[in-house]
Amino acid sequence: MILSTISRRARLVSRLVGVAATGALLVGAVACAPPERDSSGTETQSGVKAGEATSAADFGGMAELVAAAQAEGELNVIALPPDWANYGAIISAFSDKYGIKVNSAQPDASSQDEINAANQQKGRSSAPDVFDLGQAVALANTSLFAPYRVETFDDIPAAFKNPDGTWVNDYGGYMSIGFDSAAVPPVTGVDDLLKPEYRGSVALNGDPTQAGAAFSGVMMVALSQGGSPDDIAPGVEFFAQLNEAGNFLPVDPTPATIESGQTPVVIDWNYTNSAQTKKLPSWTVVVPPDNPVAGYYYQAINKDAPHPAAARLWQEFLYSDEGQNLFAEGGVRPVRADNMLADGTLDPAVAAALPVVDGPVTVPTPQQTEAASKYLADNWAAAVG
Amino acid sequence: MVISGRRAARTLREALPLLPFGVAVVVFLIIPTVTVLIGAVYVDGAFTLDRIAALFTGTALSALANSLLLSAISALVGAAAGAVLAWLIVSAASTSTLRRAVLALCSVLAQFGGVALAFAFLATVGLNGVLTLWVQQLTGWNLAGSGWLYSLGGLTLVYTYFQIPLMVIVFLPALEGLRSQWREAAVSLGASTWAYWRDVAVPLLTPAFLGSVLLLFANAFAAYATAAALVSQGSPIVPLLIRTALTSDVVLGQAGFAYALALEMIVVVAVVMAAYRLVVRRSDRWLS
Amino acid sequence: MTVGARWTRRVLWVGFGLFFLFPLYAMADFSTRSRDGRTVQAWANLVHDEALYDAIAASVLLAVLTVAGMLTLLVPTMIWVRLRARWARRLVEFFCLLPLTIPALVIVVGLRNVYLWVTYLLGESALTLAFVYVVVVLPFAYRALDASLSAVDLRTLTEAARSLGAGWFTATLQVVVPNIWPGMVSAAFISTAVVLGEYTIASLSGYQTLPVQIVLLGKSDGPTSVAASLATLVFGFVLLSALSLLTRRRRSTASVAR
Repeated sequence: MILSTISRRARLVSRLVGVAATGALLVGAVACAPPERDSSGTETQSGVKAGEATSAADFGGMAELVAAAQAEGELNVIALPPDWANYGAIISAFSDKYGIKVNSAQPDASSQDEINAANQQKGRSSAPDVFDLGQAVALANTSLFAPYRVETFDDIPAAFKNPDGTWVNDYGGYMSIGFDSAAVPPVTGVDDLLKPEYRGSVALNGDPTQAGAAFSGVMMVALSQGGSPDDIAPGVEFFAQLNEAGNFLPVDPTPATIESGQTPVVIDWNYTNSAQTKKLPSWTVVVPPDNPVAGYYYQAINKDAPHPAAARLWQEFLYSDEGQNLFAEGGVRPVRADNMLADGTLDPAVAAALPVVDGPVTVPTPQQTEAASKYLADNWAAAVG
Repeated sequence: MVISGRRAARTLREALPLLPFGVAVVVFLIIPTVTVLIGAVYVDGAFTLDRIAALFTGTALSALANSLLLSAISALVGAAAGAVLAWLIVSAASTSTLRRAVLALCSVLAQFGGVALAFAFLATVGLNGVLTLWVQQLTGWNLAGSGWLYSLGGLTLVYTYFQIPLMVIVFLPALEGLRSQWREAAVSLGASTWAYWRDVAVPLLTPAFLGSVLLLFANAFAAYATAAALVSQGSPIVPLLIRTALTSDVVLGQAGFAYALALEMIVVVAVVMAAYRLVVRRSDRWLS
Repeated sequence: MTVGARWTRRVLWVGFGLFFLFPLYAMADFSTRSRDGRTVQAWANLVHDEALYDAIAASVLLAVLTVAGMLTLLVPTMIWVRLRARWARRLVEFFCLLPLTIPALVIVVGLRNVYLWVTYLLGESALTLAFVYVVVVLPFAYRALDASLSAVDLRTLTEAARSLGAGWFTATLQVVVPNIWPGMVSAAFISTAVVLGEYTIASLSGYQTLPVQIVLLGKSDGPTSVAASLATLVFGFVLLSALSLLTRRRRSTASVAR
């Protein structure tokens, strides 16, 4: 009898627990978020909150913007590797010029990781202040951005910015093939990669279903094989052949692997590849002259930035002559390049190093990107698996 | 069924000190799980099976197949080798340093898995690994060659590396439960070593062994860290597919797909663990 | 034991030894490799590299917090269940083993809203992960503590203590705990090992703990990340060896006392 009493009690309590738990679950699962912390920052002289300022004028001028940023003292950036578009030097220059500490989180994160971080760390002081995103992720998340027009806004061609300044392209480059001339024969075009001399050598910067750079790499290969922005299949087919020939290396190329010779051939943006030449003098970069694929990155300010004034000062810095020149030193084509070349404000040595291409440059539209992504999601794993 | 007020009060009083435990488990385990379960079928306020349907498309199915294959192979190989190692340990003296050192090592290798092991293998048979360079110097053959370590084959090898110690930890109590009196009894009845193993030990150990295989299977299926540290090209297994769905720059809006995949993982692991509990309960009776 | 069996055993030991110890040796070799000889730069980076050092500190603190939280939560609960709430035993056991069934990957996917509250109430450091980690280590800790509690006559001990005037708190702390000390230490050390190696929840939640930092570093600095991994493994090994030494000594003194 005692046994049945115990089990009855157990059952009753279990039932009560079950009911309470289900109740808690439904409440919890309907996902009540905690009260929002007001993070729009301190008010500026003109009465506009720093987090809602849309230009330096809202602060009362550049000097006031600098003062407000210095008062905040810190800036959170994310996914900015030091040798990508010369961000290492840009961060140092910004930090030295204004005395603002820059916290660079997750340099290897992808664009989606940046958005995830912003969502997960919303309201925290470690949330990212600014974003540097690939096309697909940027255009899908414009609701997270705060509109801001930098001082040089009018100098930026209309095709490269949102009229309100919600997002602005900061730099762009072309897809290229980088190779170690001391380890493998020179590469002149995509078709060379199928040759037996490149066995176990060819690496793609990431997985094209994950990373924008790898996606553009497959697009470049597709164009060279007779595909088009609407038809990425020849590119996937080429990589399948590459894999069968044993030339494809499923390794993530990093500065470490390039320097140690593990990845002698890398398909990546021309500026990332060029940055490797500093560490490995025999590293050569080739942009296939026909059908080049270009891509621009998108700069935006987090609407809920924990350091709104510093974020806006960062934007000003990036689009100033100094910032654009620093970008150019990293091998990218800064967005104001055309106007700066005309004005002569672009450093001549750097200007000379910008790649020259013939023929129409392909920049896939968001619709083409989406269709190609879908094709990749369904077929990439089978091609290189 | 009626419970008297006094008994109910007593039950409540006894249950109260269990509240902190209950709260911790519910908040940090139950709620996230239910969030996932609901997220898999409830989209923008409407009940839909679209995401579940997406689980039966090409990529998801092949990832599931690969995951099941990887888990099965590493579980079986790990269980077999682990059982042998466990037997070796049991044969050693019970307080010997060797035995204690080996058990400590097994605990570390089994529970850590993940990142440290991925790098251990990179350092051994990676493109610049120690063994790779030795073999290259001796025979000129490039061991790491096609980068097999970074794909499914390599994953299987690394998974086996942490499955064997886990097997030792899980299976050792069963081996220790084999009382020496049983062996003596069998010998005194005229059984040879082979007969003892065949008719006494193996039948006793089989439930524990099967249970351990299931546990190893669930462990491999749910493992994420090692694969995340090693594999960067393609998403051959389900946990990596979840990572891609959550962090991809290219194929967007996949958070719901991640929920559905997580649901799939729960279902598979739950089925395996339920089987494990069934099998282990039978063996506990004899060997405890 | 026949000669054949003895040799088989030896061969097997050597085989397993090679399989398990060679990668560890390879890690040591890889991490001290330099252009023309040996260098300990990678190991020095463990202290000099600021991000890595911060990650190590965060992980160690997390381990301490998790162990403290786990012990505070589990020991009283398990004692109570054995003494006063027997009917709840299966329930507690089920909940303690549930984290084995629910993969960490699933937990982290659904954890976002819970953590929005946690960070709102408690701040933003990686140490808030301790809450989730306590739940994650439950299966391991439960098993260790359960074995220890089963070996002790709990009812007699507590009744004796309480009959001599001790309250629940004193009885637990001064009478029960010393007797289940091996189980507690075992649970603590295993939990530490789990926390130091936990990557899934930390990385997908965006916290910079040791394993996350190791993977990050692995992309740019192979030797340092391998050094850090080896250090983690060696540390865990030392911890668990110390545990087995401690247990042995306790066991021998206990048997003498009886």
